[in-house]
Amino acid sequence: MSNRSVTHSTFVIERRFDASPARVFNAFADPQAKARWFSGPPEWGPDISEMDFRVGGRETNRGGAPGGPVHSFDATYQDIVPNERIVFTYDMHLDDVRISVSLTTIELTPDAGGTRLKFTEQGAFLDAFDKPALREEGTKGLLDALEASLKPDH
Amino acid sequence: MVERLARGPASVSELAQPLAMSLSAVVQHLAILEASGLVRSEKIGRVRTCRIEPAALNMAEEWIAQRRADWERRFDQLGDYLASLPEVSTRQE
Repeated sequence: MSNRSVTHSTFVIERRFDASPARVFNAFADPQAKARWFSGPPEWGPDISEMDFRVGGRETNRGGAPGGPVHSFDATYQDIVPNERIVFTYDMHLDDVRISVSLTTIELTPDAGGTRLKFTEQGAFLDAFDKPALREEGTKGLLDALEASLKPDH
Repeated sequence: MVERLARGPASVSELAQPLAMSLSAVVQHLAILEASGLVRSEKIGRVRTCRIEPAALNMAEEWIAQRRADWERRFDQLGDYLASLPEVSTRQE
């Protein structure tokens, strides 16, 4: 079935953390620190990941629910300003289908002893809209987001 | 605005009416929605009628919802991780 399409979209997530910009930056820059939080949902089991945190360096991360499609994240770091900014491009595959190519900018700003993080993703989402696996993921994602928004600490 | 259009086509002034927005702000917002492919509009006489592009809405919504949820979950985990670090010289609550 040939059904080619591209949708361009941008979204922004803003968070504040009770930790210095240096600590937040380190959580992105240090592979061991990053492995502590940059992973799939608990039921996915361990991810396989590698990262080379420098401009031009690559990062890959693969994981998925048992029996489900493998989600692959492949990134290239484009710009790094310690404690302030990280820019990377990445694509996502579900099994062997590329579903999106994105440009992501993470900006860190000191905020009253903590850090404000602004995440901007600009993406081109490709073709695979009607794949049932993706639809299911989307629905599950919505439920996860709902659950996260109901947590008392946000 | 997208919600209103999901119920059916509407003119620009019909869209502006229930919103606390100036007409020019509404026109600007519509231009963004049109550029994103979510909304189409056509001018008949002096009235511009807007309608939603249902396929685009579903595709874009799906994508944004899924990807945003992935990152929100990661940032929840980042917050938990940062909170678990021992205090060094940073201020304690």
